[in-house]
Amino acid sequence: MSVQDLTVRRGHTLALDDVSLETPAGRITAVVGGDGAGKTTLLEALVGLVEPASGTVDTPDRAQIGYMPSGAGSWYDLTVDENIGFVGGSYGVRDLAQRADELLTRADLMHARDRLVGRLSGGMRQKLGFCLAMLHQPELLILDEPSTGVDPVSRVELWRLISETAAAGTAVVMSTTYLDEAERAGWVLVLERGKNLLSGSPDEVVASCPGEVVETDAPVHTELSWRSGEHYREWWPDGAPDGQVPAVLTLEDVSIVASLREGLTS
Amino acid sequence: MRAMILKEFRELRRDRRTMGMLIAMPILLLIVFGYAANFNVDNIPTATLGAQAEQAATLLAEVPKAPFDVTEVDSTGTADDAEEMLQRNEVDVAIVTGGDPVVAYIDGSSLFSAQTAVAAFNRLGDRVQTQVLFNPDLKTSWVMVPAIIGLILTFIGTIITSIGMVKEKQTGTIEQLAVMPIKPSTVILGKIAPYFLLASLDMVLVTVLGMLLFDVPFNGSVAVFALGAGLFLFVVLGLGVFISTISQNVGQAIQTAFFFLLPQILLSGIIFPLEAIPWAVRWISYFLPLTYFTMVSQGVMLRGAPLDSLWFPLLMLTVMAIIVFTGAVLRFRRNLAPGDGRHTKTKAAA
Repeated sequence: MSVQDLTVRRGHTLALDDVSLETPAGRITAVVGGDGAGKTTLLEALVGLVEPASGTVDTPDRAQIGYMPSGAGSWYDLTVDENIGFVGGSYGVRDLAQRADELLTRADLMHARDRLVGRLSGGMRQKLGFCLAMLHQPELLILDEPSTGVDPVSRVELWRLISETAAAGTAVVMSTTYLDEAERAGWVLVLERGKNLLSGSPDEVVASCPGEVVETDAPVHTELSWRSGEHYREWWPDGAPDGQVPAVLTLEDVSIVASLREGLTS
Repeated sequence: MRAMILKEFRELRRDRRTMGMLIAMPILLLIVFGYAANFNVDNIPTATLGAQAEQAATLLAEVPKAPFDVTEVDSTGTADDAEEMLQRNEVDVAIVTGGDPVVAYIDGSSLFSAQTAVAAFNRLGDRVQTQVLFNPDLKTSWVMVPAIIGLILTFIGTIITSIGMVKEKQTGTIEQLAVMPIKPSTVILGKIAPYFLLASLDMVLVTVLGMLLFDVPFNGSVAVFALGAGLFLFVVLGLGVFISTISQNVGQAIQTAFFFLLPQILLSGIIFPLEAIPWAVRWISYFLPLTYFTMVSQGVMLRGAPLDSLWFPLLMLTVMAIIVFTGAVLRFRRNLAPGDGRHTKTKAAA
């Protein structure tokens, strides 16, 4: 899957501005950003729900894409089994019963097969959404904020499912607002207001941080500092003065720095 | 308190549908009840037949405040011709002269015209013998049941269908359908077919129940009735699909469907006779599908009207079905396939 110089407009708004991304088989790519950053637009462009204004989107055939929209994409008035029957039938999945057993077991949903989806917990519904998207064993799996609003235990279970899927050779592109979650991905794309803010492997992204970030209790430039636990972190674009304690950087720190840098530049 | 009231007004101002209901509905009701709410028919299409047809027409024209409008005079016409004219809904009253007494045949399926005609002939005493056809006891239920069938189909077609369609949008599953390898036409047909089937079953149920409970006759051809009902269903299902494309949630769909339902209930002739509605309002009736379905259902069930006599309502239903259904489906398709770009700009991987 690859996206080259993709620009998407929604009405008069530039939802995506010249974004590029590549995800080979077996890799998890996390698309990170705040609300309105363009994450959903990028995923919708991948599945053909929005039309690019310019650029190219190169994806497998529609039948080889699994998509889980942000609402989990399951039918509330149908049971878990009925949802699986409908989606499996639409994709023409062979040995559907066996595939359903396998996925529901992995997702720990076997006991809920006869329950209406509308009566499942948020976490269970997200896991079902994942199962539905994976039912036809797609080459490319696209997940729109699969862990948003999900309890921590279900988040861990969802991540286990996603990791296993990628390990089996599926290319996974998922959006998330959680930077700690993005650190588990093989590739990270940070979007801000539709623009590519950062991209690379989590280690590369962290290593690419310009200037220095220090840990302090008394920041000098409040506009370049942010709270982290009990302390503050402060970004020094041209290097920190002597005596400051360098911080152990996370993706969150680097994203904040990139955002501050973008602000300074503009 | 002030903040609460202010918040409510701000929300209302931005809710265009509710504002529409607040403004348009009182105006519509005022106009309809002010002008259209009239059961008195004073212009009954009438034919005079037989040897003294000319004299009868002249006499009728001279009777003060007579509700008859003689549209056809045929000195060779017989009682059989009179019955056929009523059956084909060419006139509501056919007076056959030449015998003693003169016989006025009255179409009982045009209930209010028939009641007015009977009352007018009764005032003339024994000179005219009245004979009410197709609804001899002038039962309201006989006229209402065929019309109610249409109303039920309208209800299912617009409200139930729009709810079923808009739910996919509300829960976000429409995106799922859009990316699945199913053709948009298959999705649309698959969504509509159950409602078409359910509405058809409901129609059969209501028709049979109406016949059993109220002794409403079914004098005409089932095939003609089914043709009219099928065309009408396409129109109302199209309306339901259209409503779903302009609504974001179930509440909005119901609110919008109400806008489409109310005029049909009030102006399609099922409550107030079309002939009694002044032209200033009546023209709206001729844009409503229920008006034409009622013509077909009452015609077939009560009068046994043949296919060729119902060509006009059937043609109108066909035109409406094509325009409304096609337009609505194309709009819905846009939700499923936003632009054809998915096929050209999303290239398949090698």
